[in-house]
Amino acid sequence: MVKIDKASNVTKQPSQSLIQRLLLAAVAVASLAGVGSAALSVTGAGATFPYPMYSKWFNEYHKLHGDIEFNYQSIGSGGGIKQVTEGTVDFGASDGPMNDEQLQAFKAKRGCEALHFPTVLGADVPTYNIRGVTVDLNFTPEALAGIFLGKITKWNDPEIAKANPNVKLPNTDLIVVHRSDGSGTTYVWVDYLSKISPEWKSKVGVGTSVNWPVGLGGKGNEGVSGLVKQTENSVGYVELVYAIQNKLPYGQVKNLSGNFVKAELASVTAAAAGAAANMPADFRVSITNAPGKSAYPISSFTWLLVPSKISDASKKKAIVDFLHWMVGPGQKFAGDLAYAELPKQVAAQEEKAISKIQ
Amino acid sequence: MTTASAVNKSALPPGRAQAFLKRLQAGEELAHAMAGTAAGAIFVITALVLYELITQSTLARQKFGWHFLFSSTWNPVTGDFGALPFIYGTVVTSILALLIAVPLGVGAATFLSELAPAKVSNALTFLIELLAAVPSVIYGLLGIFVLVPILQHSVVPALKAVLGALPIFAGAFYGVSYFSAGIILSVMILPFIISVSREVLLSVPRDQRDASLALGATHWQTTWRVVIPYASKGIMGSIFLALARALGETMAVTMVIGNTPQIKASLLAPGYSIAAVIANEFTEATGDLYLSALIELALVLFGVTFVLNGLARIMIMATGTKGTH
Amino acid sequence: MSQRWAFKHIVNYFMLGLTGLCALVTIGVLFFILGYLVYNGAASLHWSFFTNLPAPVGETGGGIANGIVGSGKVLLLATLIGIPIGFLGGVYLSEYGHPTTSFVIRYVTDLLNGVPSIVIGIVVWVLVVRRMGHFSTFAGGVALGIMMIPISVRSTEEFLQAVPQSLREAALALGASKWRAIATVVIPAAIRGIVSGTMLDLARVAGETAPLLFTALGSPFWSAGWNQPTATLPVMIFSYAISPYEDWHRQAWAGGFILLTGVLLVNIVARMTLARGIHIPR
Repeated sequence: MVKIDKASNVTKQPSQSLIQRLLLAAVAVASLAGVGSAALSVTGAGATFPYPMYSKWFNEYHKLHGDIEFNYQSIGSGGGIKQVTEGTVDFGASDGPMNDEQLQAFKAKRGCEALHFPTVLGADVPTYNIRGVTVDLNFTPEALAGIFLGKITKWNDPEIAKANPNVKLPNTDLIVVHRSDGSGTTYVWVDYLSKISPEWKSKVGVGTSVNWPVGLGGKGNEGVSGLVKQTENSVGYVELVYAIQNKLPYGQVKNLSGNFVKAELASVTAAAAGAAANMPADFRVSITNAPGKSAYPISSFTWLLVPSKISDASKKKAIVDFLHWMVGPGQKFAGDLAYAELPKQVAAQEEKAISKIQ
Repeated sequence: MTTASAVNKSALPPGRAQAFLKRLQAGEELAHAMAGTAAGAIFVITALVLYELITQSTLARQKFGWHFLFSSTWNPVTGDFGALPFIYGTVVTSILALLIAVPLGVGAATFLSELAPAKVSNALTFLIELLAAVPSVIYGLLGIFVLVPILQHSVVPALKAVLGALPIFAGAFYGVSYFSAGIILSVMILPFIISVSREVLLSVPRDQRDASLALGATHWQTTWRVVIPYASKGIMGSIFLALARALGETMAVTMVIGNTPQIKASLLAPGYSIAAVIANEFTEATGDLYLSALIELALVLFGVTFVLNGLARIMIMATGTKGTH
Repeated sequence: MSQRWAFKHIVNYFMLGLTGLCALVTIGVLFFILGYLVYNGAASLHWSFFTNLPAPVGETGGGIANGIVGSGKVLLLATLIGIPIGFLGGVYLSEYGHPTTSFVIRYVTDLLNGVPSIVIGIVVWVLVVRRMGHFSTFAGGVALGIMMIPISVRSTEEFLQAVPQSLREAALALGASKWRAIATVVIPAAIRGIVSGTMLDLARVAGETAPLLFTALGSPFWSAGWNQPTATLPVMIFSYAISPYEDWHRQAWAGGFILLTGVLLVNIVARMTLARGIHIPR
């Protein structure tokens, strides 16, 4: 240890006691590592849209079964599909069903099928900010396609005006806002546009991320709503839950039956009910532009992805029990959080499907 | 060793073994080895990252080849990917961030090291270093809810009134743009520049300052012509740190840049950056080609960092900065 | 003559005033951010916020206790991994070193620094999480540790270089071996700057979200040991901030404020404990 004459202002290095102190601190914190419960831990990850719902459900379920901890994290639908395929989580969640390629990959990697279980319903709504317009606008499918293709560039375009005869629309440029991040919300929106516009289908197509012909990209629902709020004469799309919770103005959309419907829990459930009649056995279905006179056309399921073979017996029991609870008593928690419940027919069909888990 | 009965157990000539053990005990080799191993570990870790990036992007590299760097399309649906708009946005926002943060940062560091009393300086530096701890998502939210409206309503109209003729300030302004991203980035990299520059400035020997003042220079002249040049190597070091952060920043940038893959001369136009698109699309990307293309973008960013660092180093060597030994 | 004299003094005051302005702007930004966080998160800041586990939407009384502990564990591990490598690497570059090797190591460090944090997360996911078969606190620590290395190397090297050569020579002249000279003279002389750099480093990784998403994941419960997924502050802040709910937004802001305060406290404690090295008189 170098000790130099005091005059030159050098102090002795405090090494010994310091090292002891640091070690003590490290041990103290490391001992925190022991804090935790002996509960069974089931991990899942995926879609962000239903995260509030799932967090409520798993919390309620934990109150009923204190020895089981369901840990769900929202890392995105794509993340959910990837992690459940790799086996790093026990179940996944996605706003868009897995496609055939992904199902194949899952089967190859995990040696069993990926079962889809619809949980709740969501919807996308068109939100806008136009100076002087405070009412709900009506949007026809042609108007929405035209706007997002970049062909309708002014608010007083006849396609928009004819659906809103009592509204004075300004002769200003229309600014489009879309999602920049890949998301189930985008998937539902472009899935709808592809169904009602052959031009959109061929030019842009469907996916969680697409090559948007026009518009600014906002990250997340808050990015889009923030941009719309701050940019006059803009239009974008957000999740219904988000619009309701944040009191955003949003318009009505004309459905397959010709009615202008506003998105709300009842009209979204009606869309699912309309599709329930033709529900495939694996529940992978798109319900945009669904039939039904009060159906909201831009609705969608969101799914839990569960392997058909679960080797850990206690985890399997926990997951199966939870699924039964989810399609039954669990559904009643949906409304308070602005998620639409599953139609009864779908819930019943799902009850039977749960037995496919080995 | 001198008596015949003392059997030498070592196979080596007696002197060499003991000398080796003595050296080992002295610790010199050990210390050198430890430091060298750490340095080597850094190399290995970076090589591992590079290796992963290369292997995971194979699909995209094989499909697009060099064309990837020059194409402006980004279409996840058709599987057509190109990196040019992202490279452009990354470079533009990073340079803009440096242009704002370096003068501001070095200025603040100068104040903190030269003018402020020690206690004030220490307290303020603690606080400034806190800026580095603000999570990126909070910078992003503040950016979109605070910065963008201020820019839209006050700053940019004034800017356009004065400098609107310049191509870099042409066109309509929607709030989200290269400009907003550059400003947010500059705030995020400020603490690195200030903290490191301040410490380096503080360590400039007193006799350098004294000599200058003795020759009749004012405080500012001393600072500008003696102290800062002496510390310039360290200041450049802080700029490298800052640049690296600016290049790799994701969340905050993606919330204010507009996320539009295009190339525009105007700073007021919306754009995109490599890190932003990776952050936006990775968690939702499904499909091997898509993921592979995103990883290839990360590889491209690696390359951009490589080139920018190289240019900066050449610049330092060329200007032959004086400074510490 | 007196004109030049007056001019140089005017410039003097003006420029020095400008530097003060720069400092003011920076501090102003910080206080604005802090103020914004408090203002928006104040409703959530009470004692139970620090001690409770998170609650789902609509229920009051949720907290971020597991996030605070989780972040502590992950950051501790990150420091244990990143700082020794970074510090020793910086020592190598400054004190030992070899023209080519040093150049390569420096370059490589800058490259590593420029890798987006989400990419580090992805790489650690491949190397650690996939191998282990699950997410874990350990993986999170590795990811953040890797991120800590470049800044640690850079700042250690800068501050060691700033120590005057005369100190080294004096130690050697007194008979110290090279490593003793470094350990007992050079490093203590630079310790203030090194600690400063370490604190900056810790601050930077404390707020990182992206690398943790794919490594430590998250959890609404307490996590035991190092092998389970764990909640961390930045990830919780992120999840709350992007949600639709006003109450969760407030918790996000409050969480951000707590994160900053935590970093500040660690900063102060560390400096008080460590920074008693040689003060080179100015």
